[in-house]
Amino acid sequence: MVAALLSWATLPTFADARDGFFGPTNIFAPDSTPAHSIFRLSIFELEVEGAIFVVVFSLLAYAITKFRQRKNDDDSEPPQVYGSNQMELAWTVLPVLIVVVLFLTTAQVIHRVQDARRPPGTIEVTVVAHQFWWEFRYPQYGFVASNELHVPLSAPQLPTPTFLALQSADVDHSFWVPRLAGKTDLIPNHPNTMWIDPQETGLFLGQCSQYCGVQHAKMLQRVYVQSREEFNKWVHAQQQPAASDPAVASGSALFITKACFACHTVRGTIAAGIVGPDLTHLMSRDTIGSGAVPLTPENLRQWVHNPASFKPGSLMPAPDITEQELDQITAYLLTLR
Amino acid sequence: MASESIALRVHKSPLHVVYECVATADHKKIGLMYIVYALLFLVVMGIEAILMRIQLSHANATFLSPEVFNRLFTLHGTTGVFFVAMPILFGFGNYLVPLMIGARDMAFPRLNAFSFWMTAFGGFFLYASFFAGGGLSQAGSAPDVGWFAYAPLTSPTFSPGHSTDYWTLSLLLAGVGSIGAAVNFIATILCMRCPGMTLSRMPLLAWMNLVMGGLILVTISPLTAAQLMLMADRYIGGHFFDTAAGGSVVMWMHFFWIFGHPEVYVLIIPCFGFVSEIVPVFSRKAMFGYPAMVAASVSIGFVSLGVWAHHMFTVGMPSYGNAFFVLTTMVVAVPTGIKIFNWLATIWGGKIRFATPMLFCIGFLFQFLIAGLTGIMLATAPFDWQLSASYFVVAHFHYVIVGGILFTIFAGFYYWYPKITGRMLNETLGKWHFWIFLIGFHLTFDFMHIPGLLGMPRRVYTYEAGRGWETWNMISSIGAIFQAAGILIFVYNMIVSYFHGALAGNDPWDAWTLEWATTSPPPDYNFAGVPAVRSRRPLWDIKHPDDPDWKYE
Ligand code: HEC
Ligand SMILES: [Cu+2]
Ligand SMILES: [Cu+2]
Repeated sequence: MVAALLSWATLPTFADARDGFFGPTNIFAPDSTPAHSIFRLSIFELEVEGAIFVVVFSLLAYAITKFRQRKNDDDSEPPQVYGSNQMELAWTVLPVLIVVVLFLTTAQVIHRVQDARRPPGTIEVTVVAHQFWWEFRYPQYGFVASNELHVPLSAPQLPTPTFLALQSADVDHSFWVPRLAGKTDLIPNHPNTMWIDPQETGLFLGQCSQYCGVQHAKMLQRVYVQSREEFNKWVHAQQQPAASDPAVASGSALFITKACFACHTVRGTIAAGIVGPDLTHLMSRDTIGSGAVPLTPENLRQWVHNPASFKPGSLMPAPDITEQELDQITAYLLTLR
Repeated sequence: MASESIALRVHKSPLHVVYECVATADHKKIGLMYIVYALLFLVVMGIEAILMRIQLSHANATFLSPEVFNRLFTLHGTTGVFFVAMPILFGFGNYLVPLMIGARDMAFPRLNAFSFWMTAFGGFFLYASFFAGGGLSQAGSAPDVGWFAYAPLTSPTFSPGHSTDYWTLSLLLAGVGSIGAAVNFIATILCMRCPGMTLSRMPLLAWMNLVMGGLILVTISPLTAAQLMLMADRYIGGHFFDTAAGGSVVMWMHFFWIFGHPEVYVLIIPCFGFVSEIVPVFSRKAMFGYPAMVAASVSIGFVSLGVWAHHMFTVGMPSYGNAFFVLTTMVVAVPTGIKIFNWLATIWGGKIRFATPMLFCIGFLFQFLIAGLTGIMLATAPFDWQLSASYFVVAHFHYVIVGGILFTIFAGFYYWYPKITGRMLNETLGKWHFWIFLIGFHLTFDFMHIPGLLGMPRRVYTYEAGRGWETWNMISSIGAIFQAAGILIFVYNMIVSYFHGALAGNDPWDAWTLEWATTSPPPDYNFAGVPAVRSRRPLWDIKHPDDPDWKYE
């Protein structure tokens, strides 16, 4: 079982067949309407600019080869030309036309992505960014998840897009999963929204892309797109309170006495801290530390022992506990599935 | 006479030189001090860049800690903009503008010295944070909030200690210096031109410095204001950017970028001036469409004041707000296009001499074209939602700053070094410098676009394997070595040529503007008599009395 978990957790980067050489976060491999709209616009723009580039580049290259001073030059000055109103008018008007075309296409896409309406069946998720992890609230279903976002597939016939309300608990962050949508910032006291409607199941990666402090680099993102049934199953599991296993009672007591509860929530217990990720269903995740390392028993133990060994600068302090207590707490955490 | 003034310089004792630097109000000496100071910081920021490139050359690197990496990119950016690019351009402007408009000095020589020392102090102050940034009780540490220092990362909660204060105060000081310099440029150019030099006969370099001065006045002021607000927030409960007390962190972004965007033009417009002086001389043709060049630059200046929020497309502005800034930003492409085509038309039909200054200008033309095109991609808000804050942006603005600005600055060095020192820079070394730097530049920055397209955000101290980023980052890092080698050749060339370079004479390039009418280096008073001009190319008129420019202009 652990082995299965391990292989699933260490390989997720390559889970998607389209990763290939260009990796799993290629903006040119869109899989959701906003990303598609951007993709089409960018291809159009690249074509226009490619044409401009070829023309101007060739003219420049031609000029510097054709008009170089020759060896047998007589040292006279070439004819002096001071300007030409017609030509200058031409290379003013032409760019104006190109700008008009580009602007109008762009404005259309801005409108389509930004002003999209929510169809019935929309999933609402409130994303709260923290230094250096993600909180996902599902108000329609009444639970909170952390670090790994689950959303249902959105079929073209019956679209069930997910609208994300973006907030920040501290500094600026940015939500960027390139294959699903462009990025939008999460800013304190400045609520934003964005939406995705993934067309394929699978794991989509991304990461925070607004500098937010020491561990900005390891504030990774994982979006799991699931079929409707799988998603419903996941929701149902998440809605349950935490498992309580008398076999790990010592660990669960340490969770309180060692102050873990001050920062972490474990639903169904007195732990209701909001400084760190919700741990109610910790073991339903594939990674710890917002994607920093795969969630294995060894890594989990090491994380609790000293989070800085994986994520120096993370805001979880290393607790003051013995090896034995560490084992007990880890055993307890391992039951939170 | 040239050899005479060169001979003079040998006799000065080092102490005397130091005294002269501290006490001088002469535009040429101040110009040189700006340049030397900026070169010093160019080396510093280059070392910072190399360290970062080592760290990023492969996945999961542990060469630098996240804390150190974050300080390095903050210092690299801040240093590059405020203590390399601006001072070096002020230096050239200071040295050249009075000479090119036939004046004896800047309008306010003492303000000039004051401005230099403020800027200089700002830079040293920034680096003093390494020793004192943690306050008296702790060890020092440098600022780590990024060069645009978004609130609330700069608040006392997230940035305790004093490193952010060092950043703020250093920009405040440099800002005062820049405003002083701008006032001086504007006054000098408007009031000190020699007889006959109407605005429409002024060299383009002077025009560009005039536009730069105007831009500085309207853009450094909001930056300075923002620094004061930040200080107030940090120390006297200002709450400007404190969201808990009704402040707005988005306001910081607006203040910063209404400075930050035009700042790009503060830097590149004087470089347009360099290109517009050098390309005609080495193509042996008059500048094509001078009035259009002036009009294009002035309009770039104006339009650039209304585009700042293209740095904020991901902040969540309403759709019409985004569309507005898409339009204004794209409009900049029109005057920029005019400039490129006019340079092209200047080359067209000429007799190009491929001396080092011209090589760097040609590099500039190609690279500026590409930087402009990637700029339009970033101006396309939806595309920017993908590209913003990714390595694509980093590649884009280095294309502007290195491929555009630094290349023309190198061109300027090779072109005016003979005037400044009386000796030529070595051409062979110059060509080595050009080609090695060109290769390094393209290795680093061409390939840097790709990880951005593949989802790599900027400002990450490391990244995981398997994201498709390693190869491109490795190539970028290798390019950095070439760039460093190019810079070393350049510095070596400058030092060796200072002592052993071929004597330049007054006018080594057979050029047309007034600075070439006096000795190299020019005497303290610049010109023996006040020059008078009748056209844009006074020396052309003298060299071609049968076919002077003023017949056609
Ligand atoms: C001061 C608050 C604080 C305390 C006390 C604290 N944590 Fe944390 N914890 C955090 C934060 C913040 C994170 C997120 C770190 C990150 O990803 O950057 C975290 C992350 C974790 C994670 C990884 C969760 C995930 O899904 O990535 C686990 C497991 C964890 N803590 C367990 C514990 C245990 C066990 C204790 C008690 C010994 C404890 N924490 C005490 C703040 C705290
Ligand atoms: Cu971040
Ligand atoms: Cu800009």
